[in-house]
Amino acid sequence: MDPQTLDPQAAYHRPGDLDAALRLMAALRPTVLAGGTDLFPATQRPALTGPVLDITAIAGLSGIAETDGGMRIGAATRWSAIAGAPLPAALEALRQAAREVGAVQIQNAGTIGGNLCNASPAADGVPPLLACGAEVELASLRGRRRLPLAAFITGPRRTALAPDEIMTAVILPRAGLAGRSAFLKLGARRHLVISIAMVAVRVECAGGRIGRAAIAVGACSAVARRLPAVEAALAGQPLEAPVIDPAAVAAALAPIDDARASAEYRSLAAAELIGRALAMAIGPEREAA
Amino acid sequence: MSLDAAADAGTAAITVNGLTVALGDAARARRLSDWLRHELGLTGTKTGCDAGDCGACTVLLDGAPVCACLTPLGQAAGRSVTTVEGLDRAGMARLQDAFLRHGATQCGICTPGMLMAAAALLAREPHPDRAQVETALAGVLCRCTGYAKIIDAVLDAGRPAEPPGSRALGARIARLDGPPRVTGRARYGADEIPPSCLTVRAIRSPHPHADFAFGDLAAWAAARPWVAAVLTAADIPGRNRFGVIPPFADQPALAEGRARFRGEAVAIVVGEPGPTEMADLSDFPVRWTPLPAITDPAAAAAAEPLHPDRPQNLLTAGRVRRGDVAAAMAGAAHVVEGTMRTAFVEHSPIEPEAGVAWLDGDMLVIRASTQAPAMDRDDTAAVLGLPPERVRTIPSACGGGFGTKLDLSVQPLIGLAALRTGRPCRMVYTRTESMQATTKRHPGRLRARIGADQAGRLVALDFDAEFDTGAYASWGPTVANRVPVHATGPYRFAAVRAEARARHTNNPVAGAFRGFGVPQGALCLETLLDPLAEACGLDRLEFRILNALRDGDATATGQVLRGVGIGECLRALRPHWADALAEAEAANATARGPLRRGVGVASCWYGCGNTSLPNPSTVRIGITPEGRPVLHQGATDIGQGSDTVITQIAAEALGLPVDAFTLVGPDTLLTPDCGKTSASRQTYVTGRAAAAAARALRAQILRLANAGDEARLSLGEGGLCVTDAAGTRPVPLGPAGPDGYALRAEESYDPPTTALDADGQGTPYAVYGWGAQMAEVEVDTALGTVRVLRITAAHDLGRVVNPLLAEGQIEGGIAQGLGLALMEEYLPDRTENLHDYLIPTIGDMPDIVPILIEVPDPEGPFGAKGLGEHALIPTAPAILNAVRHATGVRPDRVPLLPHRLREALR
Ligand SMILES: Cc1cc2nc3c(=O)[nH]c(=O)nc-3n(C[C@H](O)[C@H](O)[C@H](O)COP(=O)(O)OP(=O)(O)OC[C@H]3O[C@@H](n4cnc5c(N)ncnc54)[C@H](O)[C@@H]3O)c2cc1C
Ligand code: FES
Ligand code: FES
Repeated sequence: MDPQTLDPQAAYHRPGDLDAALRLMAALRPTVLAGGTDLFPATQRPALTGPVLDITAIAGLSGIAETDGGMRIGAATRWSAIAGAPLPAALEALRQAAREVGAVQIQNAGTIGGNLCNASPAADGVPPLLACGAEVELASLRGRRRLPLAAFITGPRRTALAPDEIMTAVILPRAGLAGRSAFLKLGARRHLVISIAMVAVRVECAGGRIGRAAIAVGACSAVARRLPAVEAALAGQPLEAPVIDPAAVAAALAPIDDARASAEYRSLAAAELIGRALAMAIGPEREAA
Repeated sequence: MSLDAAADAGTAAITVNGLTVALGDAARARRLSDWLRHELGLTGTKTGCDAGDCGACTVLLDGAPVCACLTPLGQAAGRSVTTVEGLDRAGMARLQDAFLRHGATQCGICTPGMLMAAAALLAREPHPDRAQVETALAGVLCRCTGYAKIIDAVLDAGRPAEPPGSRALGARIARLDGPPRVTGRARYGADEIPPSCLTVRAIRSPHPHADFAFGDLAAWAAARPWVAAVLTAADIPGRNRFGVIPPFADQPALAEGRARFRGEAVAIVVGEPGPTEMADLSDFPVRWTPLPAITDPAAAAAAEPLHPDRPQNLLTAGRVRRGDVAAAMAGAAHVVEGTMRTAFVEHSPIEPEAGVAWLDGDMLVIRASTQAPAMDRDDTAAVLGLPPERVRTIPSACGGGFGTKLDLSVQPLIGLAALRTGRPCRMVYTRTESMQATTKRHPGRLRARIGADQAGRLVALDFDAEFDTGAYASWGPTVANRVPVHATGPYRFAAVRAEARARHTNNPVAGAFRGFGVPQGALCLETLLDPLAEACGLDRLEFRILNALRDGDATATGQVLRGVGIGECLRALRPHWADALAEAEAANATARGPLRRGVGVASCWYGCGNTSLPNPSTVRIGITPEGRPVLHQGATDIGQGSDTVITQIAAEALGLPVDAFTLVGPDTLLTPDCGKTSASRQTYVTGRAAAAAARALRAQILRLANAGDEARLSLGEGGLCVTDAAGTRPVPLGPAGPDGYALRAEESYDPPTTALDADGQGTPYAVYGWGAQMAEVEVDTALGTVRVLRITAAHDLGRVVNPLLAEGQIEGGIAQGLGLALMEEYLPDRTENLHDYLIPTIGDMPDIVPILIEVPDPEGPFGAKGLGEHALIPTAPAILNAVRHATGVRPDRVPLLPHRLREALR
């Protein structure tokens, strides 16, 4: 391939409205650029090769809003905006994850949509959203559609995004916004670390017992996933000392051995983290009870 | 309507440090960092990874910190960017001043990023607490300081500058070369960008072992008008073999038909900067034929030799024997035995290798980031077939070295390119290249058996170490020799047998890394001393004190020691030890969850300078006709502080204040050779040369002024004056000689060592430094994670030339020791960047309590000893010993990753 010159100005598009962006998608199939925190590290070149569609100036693509059905987070919303927003207790896990994505420089640039579209098995945004039953909204000139997040991420670094589509928002249905949540991430160092394992737990409590629990684990399988069997076993357990069965956690995951950790360790750590995140999430309930 | 016309209006400019800069036709998809550095010349913004991992490129975008390497120019358009060059204007001069005052900048490559991240915090929160500072700076990596002084500086940034206090030897003065490091003016390897400069990129082997052949290089080049030259081993005019130890020189600058490790360079492409940097070189015409690779060092001895003249892939072996080990062991009351396994550790200086070469008449000038300018000159000249006089090496500011920048990297490649094209040629390693192609710490598989008598006295050590030295020699022989000499630690043993071997594999080249193998040896020894102490029924610290070397003791090499400070270091820990043990015990007694506390201790000793080999330094000082002293100082300051410390020593010996001095160098044309910045030798060896030159100059001055040695020198309005009983009078300095000086003195110093015999007996070093560290940790026994809470570090410096810089060395050494213990493991093809290869961040660092001890060395300048490497050695074993104390399990492999500890705890 002949090298790109350093001034393909025309190859960089930064439209202000979605319609223009979708027309560009249909016509050019450009690389979608949001915060660039996954795109730039993937190249050693001094510039991205075009054509590039920068979506961060599109009106309505950033920001968090309450809607009739629940909440809507624009796909181009930066992690620092999420960390600083007033969010319901059910999204505490998402806020905690936002504060752990890289460091402040990364949070000021990286977006929630970029995190989901990049679809890394270690994407910290995924478990908190899975635990809330989040959906994603995708748009193209052909129209808009919604997919559950779990259906959107189809494999490591693979998604259901069509080549002409842009993710426009993350949708949180009202049902997923009940209760409290917590997020825990484990890595071999304190900051700027790719997770060995991370978990998000959301619980709804009633009468001193766990009503419903939603548990999602990342980095312990090709794609982050919910643990329905573990969730079901928690329903009805007392708030004082809920029991997590490590074997059930291990059975629900399919971790791999890599340089960061062994598969066996990942399962074990996931179970331990679920217990701790659960304690964090129900802590305030216990005090209130 | 063009889709972008509207969006583009009003966003065709960026405000940079208050000035509006039109973007013109600059590519909007370009990294902001690249544009700032190359188009605006604002090289204060550093790039260490181009991947968001190091944070060195942090700038403020509308006041918010972002990585400039991840910010497309198009997103900065219409907004305001502040770089380190604009900090002053942003009202942050006090922050910069605090960085200097607190010693928060060492090599300085992380400093712009740190300052920008801190400035963003201070703008919103003028009086932050420690936790806020840590969160705000967490995105910037520092490999030198251990972060402690950076945090102190930010917490203290509100205070106005104070007038400098005492500047004498022993004073806590800020580094003399600090100011350009906090303003972005310091020019590192990548910062010199001559206008007509070409870019050099290397083609590297994707295989650990492979034969290769080139296709039609001429046709490939001809099809690319931006290519100025494609060069291979066939184009190298000289001896295509380099190496830091001449008899072992074996590494080609460009491989000849066979690559022996992943990342080895086989060709370079030289071309116009823009297109060369953007080019996809994956279609470069080279065909690889992979060969079986030795990646497991255990298989190396039986495998076919990488170098035909090194059977069993054995590079060298070192050995020390003293006394009858078998008999002593048989007579021991208690014997422990164990192994230790360590990994490749990557130096990860935040500045990757970089430099530029150009022709000045028929002189080839190389300005690159290095620790060894004179060695670079000689080796590069040999590769390029030039006499050494035709090569001039000017070290750039060095953004971290730790041993890796002792070996050649870009130098022969840019030199070759400049010779062949006649144009300035510049090369900057990508982070991945830097990780693949440069040296690493030697991974070791070590084994030791230690015996003690009934009273707890060490009687016998049987020690064996097998090191993976990788594909080429580099510093392998040094490691193999240094490790047996240091195998005993700073302890008295009646009988010793210690052996170390460096074995070739197709792994990365293992070289020098802070301690030359001694930290690996200490990990093995010190983690076995704890069970031995317990077997003897002794407290672990008291056991070490009982066995510590003393003045007049002989080492395992038969050298009788003077100025031994280990006892004082260990005794200084006593009160801290008692407190820490009590605290840990109390915490564990009430612990209900999985957290357990532990306390550990370990020691170090370390010989300063080359092992039994000459390593002289020569220093020249001139006095101008106006009376100003000029110090020609050839030691490269890679952040450790030699510019400052050597000047302090010279000032003390000459009798003029530090501020009176002008510094010249290092530059092989302008400064005599001060050797390499390694082996903790600069304060001692170059310090001795500087003291000698200053004393010689002082004698000349006093003679000229007819004054006695007790006279005082001063430099004022009237030039250089002497004051004695007869009053104050100007020194009658004559006119300048051809060198510009009225007076001059040049002195050399070489440590008095002797060769080691076949049993390793002799005097390998003239001066040793000593230290002991105590680690307090908290282990999460459910997850296998370790949090280091505090390190108390007592180090004997002989004479503390500058406590601020000494503490900085200790804190930085501890950070690297912590990384070695808990997280650092380089795996070719898997951790070739700074997000998969983890070094400690600000949040991983414990509280550090440095204790500086002065047991003068009779040989050191004013009693001073080296420190640079010492500080790292005890950290990892102290942490492991604390983990054992907390859990009962002795880890036998580092890094102690969570899954490994969890496995061990089962
Ligand atoms: C130093 C560092 C540390 C990091 N730490 C973490 C961490 O701790 N946890 C973590 O989860 N991640 C981490 N990341 C990864 C990254 O920051 C996040 O995944 C971030 O959310 C990506 O968002 P972005 O906007 O920067 O994505 P971009 O790089 O802009 O895009 C990422 C991918 O998604 C596509 N894309 C982006 N937005 C859309 C959209 N709206 N529609 C369609 N396609 C889109 C892009 O085309 C691209 O393929 C880190 C990255 C760095 C550099
Ligand atoms: S260069 Fe930008 S983060 Fe390292
Ligand atoms: S001073 Fe921070 S990296 Fe050197």
